[in-house]
Amino acid sequence: MAGGNDELKLVGQWASPFVTRVKLALHIKGLRYEYVEEDLGNKSDLLLSCNPVHKKVPVLLHNGKPICESQIIVQYIDEVFAGTGPSLLPADPYERAVARFWAAYIDDKLEPPWDRLFRAKTDGVRAAAMKQLFEEVEALEGGFKECSKGKDFFGGDSIGYVDVALGCLVSWVKATSVLAGAELFDAAKMPLLTAWMERFGELELARAVLQDVDAAVEHGRMLMAKNAARASN
Amino acid sequence: MAGGDGDLKLLGMWASPFVTRAKLALHIKGLSYEYVEEDLGNKSELLLSSNPVHKAVPVLIHNGKPVCESAVVVQYIDDAFAGAGPSLLPADPYERAVARFWAAYVEDKLVTPWGRVFRVKTDEARAEAMNQTIAAVDALEGGLRECSGGKNFFGGDSVGYVDVLLGGLVPWIKATARLSGAELIDAAKTPLLAAWMERFCELDAAKAVLQDVDAVVEYAKAVQARAAAAAASN
Repeated sequence: MAGGNDELKLVGQWASPFVTRVKLALHIKGLRYEYVEEDLGNKSDLLLSCNPVHKKVPVLLHNGKPICESQIIVQYIDEVFAGTGPSLLPADPYERAVARFWAAYIDDKLEPPWDRLFRAKTDGVRAAAMKQLFEEVEALEGGFKECSKGKDFFGGDSIGYVDVALGCLVSWVKATSVLAGAELFDAAKMPLLTAWMERFGELELARAVLQDVDAAVEHGRMLMAKNAARASN
Repeated sequence: MAGGDGDLKLLGMWASPFVTRAKLALHIKGLSYEYVEEDLGNKSELLLSSNPVHKAVPVLIHNGKPVCESAVVVQYIDDAFAGAGPSLLPADPYERAVARFWAAYVEDKLVTPWGRVFRVKTDEARAEAMNQTIAAVDALEGGLRECSGGKNFFGGDSVGYVDVLLGGLVPWIKATARLSGAELIDAAKTPLLAAWMERFCELDAAKAVLQDVDAVVEYAKAVQARAAAAAASN
């Protein structure tokens, strides 16, 4: 456990995979924190003052100082609490660069079509976003091969930075598969990644932190319906 | 010059601001490297095998192992050559998080819409993308204030990570002003950034590495002409 002097507060929203990312990191490090659930339709003064630039969750407050952007928060946790629990980023600079590359891939290549998919106002836009998302995930099979070097996780024998970066999305991978009527991680095209997802989902960590898939499916349906309805006004 | 640590090769394209970032970092760290100019219309086997995912420059190859994505390359140079030259990222984890925040801001909020300015086909879309880019520059003024603490650079007294990532864009910032008449960094609206840009350009690394603005303007015009010709023939 971290020193008694460290006060950690996480401002989040239950459905957000980026908030889940931070929860995973905190859990892996064995850190206690206060969690504050935001109503993103009615943002608190705390959120607006802590993240004036983006006004988004997650925000981690460490002894009152805010850190924003989920990947930055995870790296911060890994660095500040370096002595506590396992390291998320590898020690070797080259392996660190590889981990950062794949973490960037997840946010740069998967997030935009995924976001467009749920915000789409028309079936056409939604279908195009869905198609792009399904194409972009395929590279992750190669990413897993490169990072894991034959072991169980992107981090090797144990969970690492990329496992956290992708693992936070597992409930949404499953929810999207339900909503699309097709497996986003196609076991035939991506056998290693499919096996990783099962393994990750079985961890105590995942059970403690990941959202319930049915709740994510319902939330996804609600988002899609809301955005489609807005379009017809 | 360092270089005893092994063999460094940078795959690039002269006009790319992302390649410029890598060159700036290498220069600041005093590292020698072999530079390979790519013809992006006819990509080399080396580029395709080194960056199969994105097939893009820059790629830094260190002792035969490729590192891709400019921000990852700059962090790698800082990590792998920690003993050489100044550190780009601060030592303090909180200050590091702040630097990373503004670096991410430059990528997501400035570079992304700015890229669209050059790619979109309608005047409305272009104007919208330009507005988003300018809004990002306004916010970045606050970022400079936060990071610099009143000193000369985002990195404080000396050049740091955000300075390199934004500095690589300077020739294109100036070229955009000439191409569109829009000053992205306007001394009246963002005085700190305007002063920062002048100061940055005075650095040895900048003088050694930044592209000639006229050349970038000509390049951009040629790209736009090709895009217009392609659109017209569809």
